[in-house]
Amino acid sequence: MEKFTTLTATAAPLPLANVDTDKIIPARFLKTIRRTGLGVHLFDTLRYDASGAERPEFVLNRKEFRKAQILIAFENFGCGSSREHAPWALLDFGIRCIIAPDFADIFHNNCFKNGILPVRLPRPVCEALMADAQMGGNARLTVDLSRQVVVRPNGEEIPFEIDPFRRHLLLEGLDDIGQTLQHAAAIDAYEVRLRAERSWMPAIAAG
Amino acid sequence: MAEPRTLFDKVWDSHVVERLPDGTCILYIDRHLVHEVTSPQAFEGLRLAGRRVRRPDATIAVADHNIPTSDRRAGIAEPESRVQVETLERNVAEFNVPYIPVLDARQGIVHIIGPELGLSLPGSTIVCGDSHTSTHGALGALAFGIGTSEVEHVLATQTLLQRPAKNMLVRVDGTLGFGCTAKDIVLAIIGTIGTAGGTGHVIEYAGVAIRALDMAGRMTVCNMSIEAGARAGLIAPDETTIAYVAGKPFAPQGEAFDRAAAWWRTLPSDPGARYDRTVVLDAGAIAPMVTWGTSPETVVPVTGTVPDPAREPDEARRAQMQRMLEYMALAPGQRLQDVTVDAVFIGSCTNGRIEDLRAAAAVARGRRVAEGVRAMVVPGSGLVKQQAEAEGLDRILMQAGFEWREAGCSMCLGMNPDKLAPGQRCASTSNRNFEGRQGPGGRTHLLSPAMAAAAAVTGRLADVRELA
Ligand code: SF4
Repeated sequence: MEKFTTLTATAAPLPLANVDTDKIIPARFLKTIRRTGLGVHLFDTLRYDASGAERPEFVLNRKEFRKAQILIAFENFGCGSSREHAPWALLDFGIRCIIAPDFADIFHNNCFKNGILPVRLPRPVCEALMADAQMGGNARLTVDLSRQVVVRPNGEEIPFEIDPFRRHLLLEGLDDIGQTLQHAAAIDAYEVRLRAERSWMPAIAAG
Repeated sequence: MAEPRTLFDKVWDSHVVERLPDGTCILYIDRHLVHEVTSPQAFEGLRLAGRRVRRPDATIAVADHNIPTSDRRAGIAEPESRVQVETLERNVAEFNVPYIPVLDARQGIVHIIGPELGLSLPGSTIVCGDSHTSTHGALGALAFGIGTSEVEHVLATQTLLQRPAKNMLVRVDGTLGFGCTAKDIVLAIIGTIGTAGGTGHVIEYAGVAIRALDMAGRMTVCNMSIEAGARAGLIAPDETTIAYVAGKPFAPQGEAFDRAAAWWRTLPSDPGARYDRTVVLDAGAIAPMVTWGTSPETVVPVTGTVPDPAREPDEARRAQMQRMLEYMALAPGQRLQDVTVDAVFIGSCTNGRIEDLRAAAAVARGRRVAEGVRAMVVPGSGLVKQQAEAEGLDRILMQAGFEWREAGCSMCLGMNPDKLAPGQRCASTSNRNFEGRQGPGGRTHLLSPAMAAAAAVTGRLADVRELA
């Protein structure tokens, strides 16, 4: 998992509440064998018309937001089905940080598992950031996780709260696996004990 | 003296690598079974992170969920299924994971081949990205299904982050009546405790009726633990278990086997071990069971009738029953034995073992599949198929008009071409009767292999005891 320290990037405004995971990635894309490559289907129904052509008015289709790495939205972002494909699609598009008044629980969790930083800020602050974001590439935001601040284009710093353990994992780039691997010595020791105590356990060999 | 422990406690304790401050445990995994549907993103995750499989020698892969059950030498026609199988083959080659190829005689449903090949051993921890991993608990193993992120976690670390479950004891006393089987026991249990009855628990099945079951029957019972809401089901290893494991190709051999068996004999729950919940059933009171609705708990004896929602006091429950009856096209008070079927499916990880096929063939022998009924037998593995053919079961079944297929999950979930057409009614030995499970609009009645064969030859949900 990629570390998250400080991100300075264009923010895309998505002034919607209750963006569900079906909107983020529709069910018909779940038969995939990959977690990468979903970015082209991100927000599929909002982004493309029935013929598959881009809707020019959708934010991520506008030239100034095609490389956005931050997303600003309103309440209850990521509600609905628990599919991990939603953060996979966001990440694959390039989104590393989502700022909203609040998030659905499982989605919030899944973001951390995949190196995406979800930032909770009160609605009026989100509205101010939304206005900044409307300026596209002319108004880049900085999200500094180590100092726990969002820096607006005018230099104003907005502090945010985050669970210290989650923050640590993101700063270090540790997913669940990375975290467990910090206990590698204990796993090694267990395996030594296992080979002694249950030495009858066969190894599986192919063929 | 140490606190008396349950079978679950013993297997759990012997696999805890480390207890974290919040009570979560890093649990060591002895056997990881991998299949084509839930593993692609896990392998991809390893690749993206530059990780390797920690213990390929504790991992084995097989394709089962979406392979066709017709002749497979020509390859897989459905593009998405083919891509999943090809992806699995690329992944096992890249990560050095042992693999049982599609055309290998040992190929089959992952939960059939684990025990059959001696991969699943008593006292071990077994996981697979599939909920019916509970099947392997029949050997006295702690076996449960996991999600794709967890598949990746096990591949990378050989461990899982888990919290201990609560212990539930389901004791089945007495002796099963004529014509009744393990499938009827487990359907009766689910009918009693409900599909949420085991939530948060692992179920230990005990009692003389469970002890009397052969290993195939025990696997049928543990298989459906998940339908009772439990993540895992276990049965204490005994001499039946040990005799079953002896000589299996991936099991310990010779002197190593004796040392293993000595440990396995210490695993049964201690006298006085505490359970958070206990349920007792009398096997003598169990009749051949059939489901009428779209949840496995909607089950009645075959001699019964479709229940009347009007008698259900709870409003939500009443509405749900109504919906089920509409979907199933059944009327309150209708006798189940009068319900006619269009299809019969004998197979799946619940009932795709040789013992199940023998039971079906015993009913089919000398009879004919009823006019207009499509009856399909899908052995759980290539080895089950070989064995059945060696015993002549295939000829008995085919003479009776059953289709004899290649091994796989098949019509249990209709991910391959074996599907019900909308509105078709099927007597099925599988484990789930959810809406559309066997094909969109399909209607499923769960029952035992003997009952399924009886349905095939009579064209209705017959009481197998009347065919004897
Ligand atoms: S037979 Fe059915 S329940 Fe069993 S593993 Fe296959 S699809 Fe799942």
